[in-house]
Amino acid sequence: MVAFLIESVVKVVVVFGVLMLMVAYTTWLERRVLGRVQVRRGPNRVGPFGLLQPIADGIKGFFKEDIVPANADKLTYILAPALSIIPAILIVSVIPFGESVTLFGREIFLRVADINVAVLFIFGLASLGEFGVVLGGWGSNNRYGLLGSLRAAAQMVSYELALGFTLISVIMVSGSLSLVQIVEGQSHVWNVFKPILWLPFALYLVCGLAEINRTPFDMPEAESELACGFNIEYSSMKFAMFFMAEYAHMISLAALITCLFLGGWNLPFGWEAPFVPKVTWFLLKVFVLVFFFIWERGTFPRFRYDQVMNLGWKVLIPLSIANVVAVGLYYTVFA
Amino acid sequence: MAVITPLLKGLAFTLSRFFSKPVTIQYPEEKREPAERWRGLHRLKSENGRLKCVACGLCEAVCPASVITVEAKETPDGRRFPERFVVEVTRCIFCGYCEEACPKDAIELTRNYEFCGYTREEFHMTRDVLAKN
Ligand code: SF4
Ligand code: SF4
Repeated sequence: MVAFLIESVVKVVVVFGVLMLMVAYTTWLERRVLGRVQVRRGPNRVGPFGLLQPIADGIKGFFKEDIVPANADKLTYILAPALSIIPAILIVSVIPFGESVTLFGREIFLRVADINVAVLFIFGLASLGEFGVVLGGWGSNNRYGLLGSLRAAAQMVSYELALGFTLISVIMVSGSLSLVQIVEGQSHVWNVFKPILWLPFALYLVCGLAEINRTPFDMPEAESELACGFNIEYSSMKFAMFFMAEYAHMISLAALITCLFLGGWNLPFGWEAPFVPKVTWFLLKVFVLVFFFIWERGTFPRFRYDQVMNLGWKVLIPLSIANVVAVGLYYTVFA
Repeated sequence: MAVITPLLKGLAFTLSRFFSKPVTIQYPEEKREPAERWRGLHRLKSENGRLKCVACGLCEAVCPASVITVEAKETPDGRRFPERFVVEVTRCIFCGYCEEACPKDAIELTRNYEFCGYTREEFHMTRDVLAKN
């Protein structure tokens, strides 16, 4: 019992620490990569290659003045950043990032928690995170903020549906709601290599981007129209928390796609690499996806709001429903 | 397909940009050479160790931004010189009229664009500062 507790605490601390580190360095990576895409250099002053930039930013965040607008709804205003970041961090708790290692004669599974409905858990938490955005915009009593949060709410509702339907086809193929079993099912063929899951993969990528409010779907904080949107009134660490939540969501989305489609910690085609811990492959895939998210941000312009809604309701939702039906038919006819 | 190809094209383009050499000039270490006729901070020229300026006040009169203040004084041997000569550089529009108006060719705009300070007063460039520039 004690050993179990210690193991859990250590795992939580390590995963949390690594996640925070990844969040910090994703901001650095994003700025560097965007810089290079725009033929600039990006931050390179603080430390070698600007590697200390995230730390400098964090320190700066702490020392900035923390402003609460006079007409803000204090409770929601203060609660919103926390509401935004906590679900984003919690998602990572059910993501399996490796098999098991034996330490001190104990088999330790490389995941904080293995719950049998992990996919649903993540789905619920991801939508909970949106409440932070919605309440933040509402609580700060600012018109731009309110518009941003309204957009966020509308976008979440429309894309969550498509996301859910896409997930169903993955679950049908894997026959499980547990992420561990989904990953283990891909030890020979990754889901993304199964032709029946090509469309869901693409759909999931697109809907996922919309779900985490990333370009080209960054409606809630369209800088050019909403002057930063829902977080316009936030400053100091409260703003930083929204910011961190966004990046934590991005990392957890990458981790989730890795588990659902890219075989988690497995090498493709059942290959084995001795001596290399399998966590490496997991982290590598997450990195590639995060890089893709940044790359894609440097490439695509933002959709217009009505285009986002049209794409969601008229294209993605019908497609994902059709896809569920197709996968279902495939399994009833051929299997 | 018609939807996807342009997206992929865009991604390929940005990726090629990602691997290209950045054009950034690393400012304090690398500097861009200003143009030949760049109009930067003023200089009061001197000749034989004396300022050429005779404090006639023409530059003060012509300055469209009214940022020059000249106060004349005479040496015992009857030569006029600027006792006080201040250019409020923050309001200067660097039009170069002062240089054109000067009958003695005593003031010119240099290619120095690197002057900065923390207070407004630091930009009230006085005679001695401008002479040394
Ligand atoms: S450059 Fe133009 S604005 Fe500046 S001091 Fe000379 S005349 Fe005045
Ligand atoms: S700088 Fe030239 S124009 Fe101005 S006061 Fe001196 S001599 Fe006259």
